[in-house]
Amino acid sequence: MPFPLETAAHPENSRRVVIEPVSRVEGHGKVTILLDEGNRVREVRLHIVEFRGFEKFIQGRPYWEVPVLVQRLCGICPVSHHLAASKALDIIVGARRLTPSAQKLRRLMHLGQILQSHALHFFHLASPDLLFGFDADPARRNIAGLAAAHPDIARKGVLLRKYGQEIIRMTAGKRVHGTGSVPGGVNRNLSREERRQLAAGIDEVIAWSVEAVGMVKRLFAENARAWEGFGHYRSGFLSLVRADGALDFYDGGLRASDAGGGIVFDHADCQDYHERIHEEVKPWSYMKFPFLVALGAQDGWYRVGPLARVGRCDFLSTPLAEAERLAFKEFDGGAALHAPLAYHWCRMIEMLHAAEGIRELLGDDDLSGTDLLVRGTRALRGVGVLEAPRGTLIHHYRINEDEQVVGANLIVSTTHNNQAMNEAVRRVAMRYLDGRKLTEGLLNHIEVAIRAFDPCLSCATHALGKMPLMAELVDADGSVIDRLAKDG
Amino acid sequence: MASLVFGWGNPGRGDDALGPALIGRLDALAPAHPEWGEVRLLTDFQLQPEHALDLEGCERVLFVDAGASCPAPFALERLASSREFGYTTHAMSPAALLALFRQVCGCEPPPAWLLGIHAASFELGAPLSETASRNLEAAVAFAGEWLSARH
Repeated sequence: MPFPLETAAHPENSRRVVIEPVSRVEGHGKVTILLDEGNRVREVRLHIVEFRGFEKFIQGRPYWEVPVLVQRLCGICPVSHHLAASKALDIIVGARRLTPSAQKLRRLMHLGQILQSHALHFFHLASPDLLFGFDADPARRNIAGLAAAHPDIARKGVLLRKYGQEIIRMTAGKRVHGTGSVPGGVNRNLSREERRQLAAGIDEVIAWSVEAVGMVKRLFAENARAWEGFGHYRSGFLSLVRADGALDFYDGGLRASDAGGGIVFDHADCQDYHERIHEEVKPWSYMKFPFLVALGAQDGWYRVGPLARVGRCDFLSTPLAEAERLAFKEFDGGAALHAPLAYHWCRMIEMLHAAEGIRELLGDDDLSGTDLLVRGTRALRGVGVLEAPRGTLIHHYRINEDEQVVGANLIVSTTHNNQAMNEAVRRVAMRYLDGRKLTEGLLNHIEVAIRAFDPCLSCATHALGKMPLMAELVDADGSVIDRLAKDG
Repeated sequence: MASLVFGWGNPGRGDDALGPALIGRLDALAPAHPEWGEVRLLTDFQLQPEHALDLEGCERVLFVDAGASCPAPFALERLASSREFGYTTHAMSPAALLALFRQVCGCEPPPAWLLGIHAASFELGAPLSETASRNLEAAVAFAGEWLSARH
């Protein structure tokens, strides 16, 4: 059964607005809005326009190649795929418990990834909207405008990202296409000198992260009424939690809640995810729609990512971030707990949490240990789950006796959020576009709603001239009335 | 001071690999070419804001990317920093990166050029097309001349 505004009753009588691709998100996306003769919104859909086919691509490849191959899924978070694949293959090589050195080196790599990804998104993608306004001059509403008006913020954003990249380079061996994580552990440790170099910069990184949380908290308070209501709806949530209920980016059990906050399952074994999460296919989208089996497709969709993790964990294990989590939960009586724009706030709390976690780990001598690999009883199936910057990431592989991959299922964070993003877009369209003359500023409201989720729609080809931005206005006959295009 | 050659693209997407492929070729050739002087080679999936910091301390920069619409075998363009940012900072243009360098580092960026290598196919998992492979050879030869010459 379609959701409200998913399918128009009489699309043949509607005018069609296309925003393609959505700007300042990863990869290619397209939003179509059908308007009737009175400019009333009748249908809104977020489409994914490129089919990835990666699960087929890796079939037949030797399993040990997978942690390196899957990094080509995404130019922004290759480390998340690298580690999720490694975790799945840990099960296959019988390494259910890694050595302390291997686990801590992987955790450090992952925290570097969280830090750099969150910094990029907030400082360079989201903050122009938040600082200048959703309908500000688009020539100003970008990183150039940000750097001109707030050079200090832009500079810190660049340096925070650079710091996270340095952690990745040192733990993965290379800045891109790293090979540090392998089935059963890691293949390199950190020298004491490398730890000293990283430790020299971490206090500044933490201080800047504290400032970033403060900035988004202040902006949220200044715009509380508008931001709490922007695209607002209630939904379920899904995330990993540690055995004691703390947020854990790297490992743990699955916790799912429904739209009323009730627990659907808790500390569920990731190896059995397929018994709790199913995916629905819809004819109008290449991206599937996951849902909690216990609640069904209509009520079982959910959100993942910073809002799910910070809002639904029991606590954060680092002091500064935990204080900020409490402030977030108490803000306006909990009014931000379901607000899409609160993703930005939670993202910065997580950046601070990651920075504090990095400082803790850098003081641990296990990072320089030499016991890096374990092996055990071989299995033919393995599932790896972690919390990528954008949310829960599931890698599931099956191999044959010849050690070739014969089956793969990947549920990426953005796929989990598919229905949630569509819901946000529909609510914003109804609130800001319904019955009104369309302007660039109004259309940007749609993009602001999508951008809050930091979706990775499909990082792939980006060669010169291959990523045009297109906005089309199409009448009921399918004729293009107006078109705007520029190269990315 | 060093010359920086920065090629970007996704090696898993056919001709999108042209930028990284050129960097790989220069890396192999560099030991036999002392006349190139100090050379820094850099590759990544795509241009990112933090790459502005990689330009620090460079005498000149050659950006290299696959180009779907540039003439074969390649085209060279002198870059000026530009406030004309694209619609996504996940695929920043080199000109925008130069502008960001000025704002973040507080000084003028080094002189820079964009070498666009004509590309034809971007299929997932595909190797370089025959056309792209031919164009790569011509581009590698040109990049060697560029490194040998003083601008």
